[in-house]
Amino acid sequence: MARRLTPWRWAVLGLAALYFLIPMGASVLFTVDVPGQGITFDAYTQIVSADGFLSSLLLSLELAVATIAVVLLLMVPAVVALRLSAPKLRPVVEIVCSLPLVVPPIAFVAGIVTVLKWGPDHLSRTPLFETFVAVQNPAFPVVLVLAYVVMALPFVYRSLDAGLRAIDVRTLVEAARSCGASWPQALVRAVLPNLRGALLNASFLTLALVLGEFTVAQLLGFQPFAVWIYNVGGSQAQMSVAVSVLSLLVTWALLLALAGAGGRDRTASSRG
Amino acid sequence: MTATLTRADVASAASQKRRRRAPGWLAVVPLLAFTAVAFGLPAIAMLNGAFTVKDPTSGVSSYTGQNLTSSLQGPYLTALIGSVKLSAISAVIAALLGLPLAQAVVSSRSRALRDAVLTASGVLANFGGVPLAFAFVATLGNAGVLTVHLGLADHGWSLYSFWGLVLVYLYFLIPLMVLTITPALDGLRGQWREAARNNGATGVQYWRFVALPVLAPSLLGGLVLLFGSAFAAYATAAAMVGSAVPLATLQIADAISGNVLVGQENVALALSLDMVLVAGLVMAVYLPLQRRSARWLDA
Repeated sequence: MARRLTPWRWAVLGLAALYFLIPMGASVLFTVDVPGQGITFDAYTQIVSADGFLSSLLLSLELAVATIAVVLLLMVPAVVALRLSAPKLRPVVEIVCSLPLVVPPIAFVAGIVTVLKWGPDHLSRTPLFETFVAVQNPAFPVVLVLAYVVMALPFVYRSLDAGLRAIDVRTLVEAARSCGASWPQALVRAVLPNLRGALLNASFLTLALVLGEFTVAQLLGFQPFAVWIYNVGGSQAQMSVAVSVLSLLVTWALLLALAGAGGRDRTASSRG
Repeated sequence: MTATLTRADVASAASQKRRRRAPGWLAVVPLLAFTAVAFGLPAIAMLNGAFTVKDPTSGVSSYTGQNLTSSLQGPYLTALIGSVKLSAISAVIAALLGLPLAQAVVSSRSRALRDAVLTASGVLANFGGVPLAFAFVATLGNAGVLTVHLGLADHGWSLYSFWGLVLVYLYFLIPLMVLTITPALDGLRGQWREAARNNGATGVQYWRFVALPVLAPSLLGGLVLLFGSAFAAYATAAAMVGSAVPLATLQIADAISGNVLVGQENVALALSLDMVLVAGLVMAVYLPLQRRSARWLDA
């Protein structure tokens, strides 16, 4: 039966491939085929030495790692507990994790800007003011991690929830507990390995979200990678496109590396 | 809470007496506390700001609905309508194109293809923003490769327009649809199709009477997610069209970065509130749908 669908399937996949590959190909062409200069790779060779490239990329990666760690630490115990022993809280968590979808990043950052103004306006004589300054440290803006965790919540929740739906958590935990495992052991050694796909998926989405995030960072005045690309775009068209292409490739490479690390022994469980 | 827990435990299995040590809801507390601070504070600040006006001379603030009224007039209203229209059209097109793509991947049963497409979707769905805008400018912008080589400009093509934005938005909306709908397609059991065929149903009938009704809640849920995603998008539009296409996000950004008159910050907060209300309305449709799709695909 699957064979019967083949021509239709290839047509769909082919069209999709065209739509998604043409802008990539054209972008590459645009960067190497400069009018009046012929084929040149200047746009790429200049990137590394460009002002702010390395620092902004590093900042983005650090933010991504911090965000993934925080969001998983918050979410994994919560969603497992929802399945096992606190199903009544499920609607609450569901709504809390959906709220960021209701608040667009631009509205969210408008709120954050207003809160951060409270610092100098009302709190300048209190110890809380130090906190306001600290979270806005340009070397590592904690406020961005806070914002990104909130923005990642819906995706992480959906992904973990789907993963948990596919496995029978209660049986797994009960089996582990019957065999004498403690609670943390049952969670880490029985549940988490079965959730690997969902955890990786959640990490992918968060990583991609943070690496590409522009709205919050720009309007709060920080310069991670996406903001840097935007700033470069104003003056050097070729280089900004070159960086855009590279940023996609880098993101892709990172995600594939993660998938490779996690997918090695996934085949057995995937058919379930 | 504890009482019901205990009873449930006793009922489920007598062998787990040690289970009650930590109540389950404790594991949810950090999450709720975190969101209360990181999300609740900005939300309250936005609400508060949307309803306050500060008198520029005396510096006294008072509560008023004036900001909301101004946010629903003139250029602000045009921008809001523009945002809704753009998001709705792109979401519908993306859903219509994303479903067959996801089905093609799921039905191929090729592990490699599936992994490749899903990973690619994961990247592309979040490849909004500045790089996407620049890639399309390089392809179809005024000096873009395709525009120049195919002479598109002579046919009246402009990327910096409403439909140009739709074309660009599809680039991250279709993958998002694929990511959203694939689990639901996986949930369609082979047995259902076989049962339908044994009862004499054609392929079309199977889709019309079995698959689509089961998928409908997920499909609509996905549609809502796409709408929200397009509605919230700012970076792509900012880097691509500047202010050629009126959008609510661009208006708010202008006000926050102080590109307009002083005192407009609170109108921007009111416009943010408008956006939240629109998105909230859509979510009110989405959550019940989500529950319905879970009922079928759970079990």
